[in-house]
This record gives sequence, C-alpha cells and structure tokens, in this order.
Amino acid sequence: MASTLINVPKHARRGDVIEIRALTSHIMEPGYRRTAAGEIVPRDIITSFSCRYNGSEIFRADLFPAISANPYLSFFTTASESGTFTFEWIGDNGLSQTASAAITVE
Amino acid sequence: MPADHQSTRRSFLKAAGNAALAGAVCRVTLQPADATPAMLNSAIRNLVGEAPLRTGRVKLDIPPLVENGNSVPMTVSVTSPINADNYVRSIHVFNEKNPQPYVGAFHLGPAAGRAQVATRIRLADSQKVVAIAQMSDGSFWSASVDVVVTLAACTEEL
Repeated sequence: MASTLINVPKHARRGDVIEIRALTSHIMEPGYRRTAAGEIVPRDIITSFSCRYNGSEIFRADLFPAISANPYLSFFTTASESGTFTFEWIGDNGLSQTASAAITVE
Repeated sequence: MPADHQSTRRSFLKAAGNAALAGAVCRVTLQPADATPAMLNSAIRNLVGEAPLRTGRVKLDIPPLVENGNSVPMTVSVTSPINADNYVRSIHVFNEKNPQPYVGAFHLGPAAGRAQVATRIRLADSQKVVAIAQMSDGSFWSASVDVVVTLAACTEEL
C-alpha cells in the first residue's frame, strides 16, 4: 500500500495559522502515455483529497492527471482546538486511504 | 585583474542579456492573438459562468522556465480577509496545452487561515497556466503565467 507523509505542527497557540503538508506515494498515471507497442496505459490517479479537523472539512482538492506523481499538497488552517486531522485520498481502481495527525492547542 | 578585462566581460554580459531580452520579446510578439485554445476558455466559462472574471488578488508562483515538465512546483495565494463572512471559497488551476485543461481544484473555507495552496504539477508543453479564485461573495479573480518547458510531461512513450 502506498505510504504517506504528513506534516502538522504538534503544538500551536490558539488562533495560530498553521501549515499542513501531505505527501503520498502514487504513480498518478495520466492515461495519455503509450507503451512502445502503441497501447494507451490506463489512467490511475488520485482524484480527491480531503482534510478534516475534528470531523469538519477544512480543505478538499479535486486532482487531475496534471498533478505530478506522488502528489504533494500544502495548505493552511487556523488552530482552534486540540484534536486530530484526518486525511483521505480517493482514487481510481477503488483506491481509498486515510491518515491522521494530532495537534495540541494551548 | 586589469580594469579593461572587467569592462570587456561586463559589456559582453550586457550584450548577451540584451540579445536574450530581444529573443523573449520576439517570442511574445510572434504568438498569435488567439493563442488561448478553446478548451481552456470553455473550462473557465464552465466554472465562472456569466460572472465577470477580473485580474488581480491572485498570485500564481510558478517558475517561468521549467526543465522537467513532470514536476513543476506551483503556489497559489489569494489576497483576501478570512473570516466567517468573507473568505476564499475555492482556487482552480487551468492550463492551455495539456491533454486536459484542468489541473486541480482546491476547496477552502472560513477555517483556512491563509488562502494559499501549493502542489506540484505536470506541463506537457510551454504554455499559459491560469489560477482562478472564487470568493465567498461569488466574485472571480485570476492570474496567469507563461511557462516555458524544455522536457514535456504526460504524453511521452514508456
């Protein structure tokens, strides 16, 4: 299974704007490349990424074949309370994977 | 080192710089006025509808010269207050000459803290990249950058 790398600060003060970075290993086959024999390589990409902060969605991305292999995303949120961020990747061929990270807000 | 050496080198660099600049100007003027392919325009129209699309408030950070189109770092940031009443709803990125006009759509909200997203994209050719932000009041703002790509992505043979 694909591995993921999440970067969320462990501690933050209430009201701080924090950066969240998420990287997952995935080929992101665009579906436009051909083999030497001329056959099209079928598309295999991650189509959707979402991030929830204590259950409520703070960021969502629709991804297309023009996103590079091993999709990397960086975005921001305001630290409001301690809790967990849950991340979800959904893609072709039934791909669905999740990850989570905890944050302590003082 | 003698002073005249220095000045020769300097004048040479200046001349080379001017030549490069002239080349860039030529490239721009040689492009036809309707360089924007229809697919890009219709994708943007699908998003924006009949609303006016204004230039500004959006900053698209992408290198103007890219060696490898398979992985191009890109950052989009939007100048906007972010609170419950006034925020950036979404950021959309389009391109001109990839097989598909859409690159990505990023949905933010009042909890975003800062309206900025970064990712890495593929570019199949030298082309224009357009970023469009939709604000919570329904207005659309855009920015575009012309990118020169030396090694194309997406369509190469395996």
